[in-house]
Amino acid sequence: MPMDESVRKAVLAAVPSLRAFAISLCGNVDRADDLVQETLLRALANIESFQPGTNMSAWLFTILRNHFRSEYRKRRREVEDGEGRYAETLKSQPEQPGRVEFREFREALAQLPPDQREALILVGASGFSYEEAAHICGCAVGTIKSRVNRARTRLAELLSINSADEFGPDDQTRAVLAGGERP
Amino acid sequence: MNERSKPPAQQAQMVESAATRTKKPNHKPAKLTREVQARLGQQLRAMYDQVVNQGVPERFAELINRIDAKEDKDRQP
Repeated sequence: MPMDESVRKAVLAAVPSLRAFAISLCGNVDRADDLVQETLLRALANIESFQPGTNMSAWLFTILRNHFRSEYRKRRREVEDGEGRYAETLKSQPEQPGRVEFREFREALAQLPPDQREALILVGASGFSYEEAAHICGCAVGTIKSRVNRARTRLAELLSINSADEFGPDDQTRAVLAGGERP
Repeated sequence: MNERSKPPAQQAQMVESAATRTKKPNHKPAKLTREVQARLGQQLRAMYDQVVNQGVPERFAELINRIDAKEDKDRQP
């Protein structure tokens, strides 16, 4: 069956957000793009199981998320060290233009437990409702809500945001961070 | 916004209160203010949108079109 034009458009339209989600899950652009590629191949091979009229984005996110989870578990078994690998991936990546400004934020995000990180991103950045996010993650709506809340609280702690006026890396923080990186 | 228009004395006070706030003994898992939540959300979306704004990389556009073409060919008798 040829792919319906509207389906093709919907898949294309979902790609940018799918990539952003993949990058935030695995913290590495190259791996994220491989993940997106594998997701698209799986999705297109099973396109007939997509129900027209439902949310294409949510469908693709679910496939990507499940694929990432099973890969992640496999790798975890292989590599032994599951903790801190995401953060290590971030550190070992060459600095890319535009990444620097979110560095502190990304590093804080990297310290969140994966469940909390994905919930926060789905709801806070991808723009899914709690219900959609729950569907994507295969858990209860209440679970997503509590993960998002815990993620926000932890992020605020990690970034030392106690009030809005303290937010953001000020000059002092930058100086300290820059100083700490020199050998 | 109007931060800059505040008199220096008031700014100093704000810095001071920020410093003492962190030492508050009743440090329970505080409910984040709406303002803090909004700031976190802004930062999160800005980071995310940086990738979204890169659009659809060529390799994915090609992949989707290639499968399309292949299916069209398969359809022919």
